[in-house]
Amino acid sequence: MPIILWTDALIYLLLAILIWLIITTARKDFMRAQWRKAYGSPIKMIALVILIFYTIIGVVDSLHYIPKLGTNSEGKPIYAAKINSVLDWLLKPNSEQLETSYSPPFATELFNKEMIKEESGQISWTAVRLKYVTEAKILPLLIKGVTYGLIAWLIVFTIAWLIFVKWLKFSFPRGSPWRVATYTLLAICILSAVCVILAQHYHILGTDKIGTDIFYASIKSIRTGLVIGTLTTFITLPFAILLGAMAGYYRGWIDDIVQYIYTTLSSVPAVLLIAAAVLTMDAALQRHETWFNLMAQRADIRLLLLCCILGLTSWTSLCRFVRGETLKLRELAFVQASRALGLDSMQIIIKHILPNLLHIILISIVLDFSGLVLAEAVLSYVGVGVDPSMYSWGNMINSARMELGREPIIWWTLTGAFVLMFTLVLAANIFADGVRDAFDPRMN
Amino acid sequence: MWQYIIRRIIYAIPVLLGVNILTFLLFFVVNTPDDVARMQLGAKHVTQRMIDDWKTMHGYDLPLFYNAEQHSITKTIFWQKSVNLFVFDFGISDGGRDIKQAIKERYGPSLAIAIPALIIGLLVNVTVAMLLAFFKGTYLDSWGVILCVMLMSISVLFYIVGGQYLFARVLKWVPISGYADGWSSFKFVLLPIAVSVVGGIGAGVRWYRSFFVEEMNKDYVRTAKAKGLSDTTILFKHVLRNAMIPILTGIVVVLPLLFMGSLLLESFFAVPGLGSYTIDAIRNQDFAIVRAMVYLGSVLYILGLLLTDISYVMVDPRIKLQ
Repeated sequence: MPIILWTDALIYLLLAILIWLIITTARKDFMRAQWRKAYGSPIKMIALVILIFYTIIGVVDSLHYIPKLGTNSEGKPIYAAKINSVLDWLLKPNSEQLETSYSPPFATELFNKEMIKEESGQISWTAVRLKYVTEAKILPLLIKGVTYGLIAWLIVFTIAWLIFVKWLKFSFPRGSPWRVATYTLLAICILSAVCVILAQHYHILGTDKIGTDIFYASIKSIRTGLVIGTLTTFITLPFAILLGAMAGYYRGWIDDIVQYIYTTLSSVPAVLLIAAAVLTMDAALQRHETWFNLMAQRADIRLLLLCCILGLTSWTSLCRFVRGETLKLRELAFVQASRALGLDSMQIIIKHILPNLLHIILISIVLDFSGLVLAEAVLSYVGVGVDPSMYSWGNMINSARMELGREPIIWWTLTGAFVLMFTLVLAANIFADGVRDAFDPRMN
Repeated sequence: MWQYIIRRIIYAIPVLLGVNILTFLLFFVVNTPDDVARMQLGAKHVTQRMIDDWKTMHGYDLPLFYNAEQHSITKTIFWQKSVNLFVFDFGISDGGRDIKQAIKERYGPSLAIAIPALIIGLLVNVTVAMLLAFFKGTYLDSWGVILCVMLMSISVLFYIVGGQYLFARVLKWVPISGYADGWSSFKFVLLPIAVSVVGGIGAGVRWYRSFFVEEMNKDYVRTAKAKGLSDTTILFKHVLRNAMIPILTGIVVVLPLLFMGSLLLESFFAVPGLGSYTIDAIRNQDFAIVRAMVYLGSVLYILGLLLTDISYVMVDPRIKLQ
């Protein structure tokens, strides 16, 4: 039975807007020229492809359903008390919790020996075999993975070629960054195919304290990171733009009020404001336990509220920029002309001022993204992050840091979170630089 | 000048009042004192009597805004808990300890880490940024910038965990965590300071480099070059001085906030500073401490903004305050 969580709905909406934006900008030559600057060098192109790959995983992980357990005596279906996503289904054996404790990557036995009471009453310490691991030969699996990766790459490449070259009539001169994009795509396809194939037979990044597969957990965390990075800005964007534009355009008492609001909000240290808001949110949710049928729904609402709270602290800077820019714009000739022609203020703001603010908004969205992904990890450590039951890099780091004190050291729990998070944030940072170089007039 | 400062302080009052109302709304209207009491006492097996006792003990048994029985606005939660913050009367924490006393005891360790970390970080960042800007257009610069972006893409948590693992567990140069009074604290604060400096390099160097590059593109540099000054003289005598203006004024705004300490570093390294105090309060859901810290933080931030404006006047004689 399909189910749409709140964040899912917003992700679909965001995706729809993104696709609409791509299609409209692709039709305008000057916009295309500007975007070409944003991904114009090989390294920026690699970053863009990686970001798209992450987005696809995030979207696949946002298609949720409630698995059916069977039918009861009356022929009505019985549903499980949990929510799965299509990604869970794709990574099937990993998403089922099979082990009980730590195991290193590619291990066949649990990390710690367990005490087992034999029938004769003797107690012995024995190594416990992992239930999940099939001990298949690694080399054939690697070959299989590479082959599948190549096939996947061919399919994606053909589809992309059909869409961009045949349908949208893009042209790719020799030496364009698109060549790099195809190589990156090839690398991603092979790497992910190898990982997925190997992960069906081994825990390729080991398991954590309660036996969750680290590879699976770090992949699932992608969605959480993306949601926080994008929805936070997305939710507060309308307020920031509207208030900023109105303050800059009307000035006077509206300006005073808007300035007062954002000065007050930004004068509270961000972490403390977030902590205070999350604490109150938790208490409020605790009082209304009955609102949610499933734990995942509750966790989802918490995630959405966390985005709102994060947005509460981050919208102020965008609002300030928008206000400043509007102050400049309103004195320009074209705005004065439209005023003289009798357009009312709201029309001027929407039709003439907003389009000229787009570059600021775009730059601030992409610049905020990486910071928000990093902030999630810190907030989860402080204890005011996403729900503990939700997969997130912050939660992974938080649960892993205590284990570094052990001897021998358990290092693999941090590795998965580190690699995936670092790749995402790095790609986002590089892409953000590209966008800023392309759209910020001061950079030219 | 003094007139300006006094006016700014008067302007700060409505902002602080706003912060007060905001925290008040968050803590007392979204959640009633009953909820707070229930949370502090534990969710299960709590009788109304226990809640009332707890509220009386911590002074939450008053009406929110107006005390109709005694016809006064001072005998209310808003007055007692929020307005009193204006005179820095923080009251007692929900755990029953005096907050002001705790702040007095704890700001020392916070500063012991925050001040050296700021100074060393500034020196390192400025040096590296200057180096990169000096070699602008070479491989050193482009790889340096790429390295900066990579460094800034790593979560500070990894720096802390990695630093603790490498220097405290493998190399055993410093203790993993802890704190001691006086000069013996040296070995304890070494690692937190180092982690803080390394963690800040990426963003800091990239930011400062842009100041240097901007300054180097200005006309006076070209004139100096035309006059026959050497590159190093231009860099140290002219560019450095001018680029330090935005760098230093950017630092001034965080100076007062150093007092609050670093949440993450202090908590990971078990330093008994204000940062770990705050984080413990958040984890124990001690609303009284969080409220006090929110207020203190915003006072310090507003102070930082004021100092920034004053520092602009001091370093740049062209700017006049009015």
